[in-house]
Amino acid sequence: MPEVKKYRPNIGAPRTAPNEEPAAERACDFRPVDTGFTKEDAIAEANRCLDCKKPLCMQGCPVGVNIPGFIARIREEDWGGALETIKGDNLLPSVCGRVCPQENQCEGKCILGRKGEAVAIGQLERMVGDMAGEVGRAPVCKPKNGKKVAIVGSGPSGIACAGELAREGFDVTVFEAFFTGGGVLTYGIPEFRLPKAIVKREIDGLEQLGVHFEYNSVAGRLFDADELFNEEGFDALYLAVGAGLPRFLKVPGENLPGVYCANEYLTRTNLMHAYDFPVYDTPIRQGKNVVVFGGGNVAMDAARTALRLGADSVTLAYRRTEAEMPARLAEVHHAKEEGVKILELVNPLEFIKGEDGFVSAVELERMELGEPDASGRRRPVPIQDSAYQIPCDVAITAIGTMANPFAKLCADVELNRWGLIEADEDGRTSNPKVWAGGDIVTGAATVILAMGAGKKAAASMKKALLGE
Amino acid sequence: MFEILKKTQFSEKVFEFRVHAPRMAKKAHAGQFLMVRIDETGERVPFTFANWNPEEGWIEFIFMVVGKTTECLSQLNEGDFIRDITGPLGQPTEVEGDSVAVIGGGVGLAIAYPVARMLCEQGKNVYVIMGARTKDLLILHEQFDALPLAGLFVTTDDGSMGEKGVVTLPLARLCETDSIDHAFCVGPVPMMKFSSLTCHEHKIPIIASLNPIMVDGTGMCGCCRVEVGGETKFACVDGPDFDASAVDWDDLAARQASYRGEEAVSTKRHQEACACQK
Repeated sequence: MPEVKKYRPNIGAPRTAPNEEPAAERACDFRPVDTGFTKEDAIAEANRCLDCKKPLCMQGCPVGVNIPGFIARIREEDWGGALETIKGDNLLPSVCGRVCPQENQCEGKCILGRKGEAVAIGQLERMVGDMAGEVGRAPVCKPKNGKKVAIVGSGPSGIACAGELAREGFDVTVFEAFFTGGGVLTYGIPEFRLPKAIVKREIDGLEQLGVHFEYNSVAGRLFDADELFNEEGFDALYLAVGAGLPRFLKVPGENLPGVYCANEYLTRTNLMHAYDFPVYDTPIRQGKNVVVFGGGNVAMDAARTALRLGADSVTLAYRRTEAEMPARLAEVHHAKEEGVKILELVNPLEFIKGEDGFVSAVELERMELGEPDASGRRRPVPIQDSAYQIPCDVAITAIGTMANPFAKLCADVELNRWGLIEADEDGRTSNPKVWAGGDIVTGAATVILAMGAGKKAAASMKKALLGE
Repeated sequence: MFEILKKTQFSEKVFEFRVHAPRMAKKAHAGQFLMVRIDETGERVPFTFANWNPEEGWIEFIFMVVGKTTECLSQLNEGDFIRDITGPLGQPTEVEGDSVAVIGGGVGLAIAYPVARMLCEQGKNVYVIMGARTKDLLILHEQFDALPLAGLFVTTDDGSMGEKGVVTLPLARLCETDSIDHAFCVGPVPMMKFSSLTCHEHKIPIIASLNPIMVDGTGMCGCCRVEVGGETKFACVDGPDFDASAVDWDDLAARQASYRGEEAVSTKRHQEACACQK
């Protein structure tokens, strides 16, 4: 028997640096900021992994991806094997590798991170995911089982559920309100962070599995659950409509022209290609002085989009400090590198109307951090008589979203007081034929949780419909 | 893809399309709207349902050529396809009362017509006031005339048809003679604003169907937000109908004008491209 060579990690090697486009150049257009690891980068990085007996990284992953397993395959240059290993738990590695907050999840738990730098798990996952075109094996679908499932919403949760069910032999139809698929991956996350070709590849993959997509189909308006069950022969329904309804600051002047909520600003840019106006018909206001309110990923996306649309100055105004920002570290880092100015500890009081009728300035008050609130973060408290104005001809609010209003029109399911659907671990709702998952159950959360919920719901639907 | 089954031209700039959309035809209600995207590079534009037929599986909408998108639409013909149509969206129109004035201005007449028809079907006493800048822009006159109305009034700014003046003239008379107990209006902002003021003077409740700029039309982007009674509402999901007396008209007018400059650029570019082809 040949001796099995024991793996010795390359202890002490620095974390492999990402391959990023120079900040000044990339901030002018919508090309991807990070071009990803090469095979050599990936192998070098995989050799840093300690291959822990009790891998804490897996505990940090919301869907428990076999991280040491796929990293071992990378070391062996078994790219197809690495992909299969990830896809066992995560159907969207190219997406999650780019958008997961790894520093709070897998990488946050990595032992190497205690004294040095964690393994770049996100980069590795993304790299393996991106190789699907080269090494991906066509998934085998079980024979048709005669059951029909409708999925409402083609975002990460709907996509994941559709993929799982199609492979199990279900006849799956995804209803999408927009003219194209992907949900927040398409309208929300900019091209420079998540190229739309990747989203398209996922949707194309599902179509190859036999999943039908019905676009321009607004649930609750064009059809409802009863019609799907009684007239169209569906056996079950998965509601993954997301939480896309924007919150507003509720301050005077917020409805002035030039004040956007991030959903509109990003939808115009990402979905409707406003950056390519007038080739594309949808316009967007070109601001000189843009101020963005918020501290999450959406705020970062909006700020960086404003830069790329040609703003002279983009300020990100946040009511706490950078340390409390919920955005991914990489996004904050990239935004600053590209020239986004961060203005900490300010709160908007009013948007001021200029002579042209558009917003011309915003009045801010200074804040200080008080006692921790329910989220564990220190609560921002206004400082008396600290109001001042800064010029702004485009303002963008990115302070979160709420339940999509169409869920309740579509099916008779119990909602909680925030309008979110009540569902158990498996996505079961109060209606025995209806499952739900993703942001419409949890409120605005992450792609990976939404994806995980879709997968769990698919398993539960399979059990309920096939009695297995 | 949605096939255009029939194209009707009402005037130089006003057209009606009948489009094959069987699912939508089953669900449309008066006052609801649809979003059109002509082609891959198109914008999303809302149009109100003018008519629909669930048995034959079609819907109709009327539009006036005002910019690039409507210009391009007007160049399509029977047998052509529209890339995307989404709907029905918005809340159906509900008008209380037994005797109602339906006021339509300009292309808003296309929205007023199905509402008037629905109110007639509900057995109400319906007065229609049609207003336009000039005779050529006064659309659907025959169709309104064919409804069992209690009265039909026509006003034009230039006096080329009907009464010279604006819709508030006959509206005030209807109010003064206690002919109506409710009203519904749709059209340009000044027309709706002054209709609302006239009704308010006579304590007649009035609903306005608002037409702000929209992007998604499903409550996600907030582009269509309007101030009603001091609260921010989304015309696409909370409306498009609101209590006219509570609407902040100046806010609506300002938001409608948000992209005037860009609209002019787009239209000019399109016209130049058309001229090159000729």
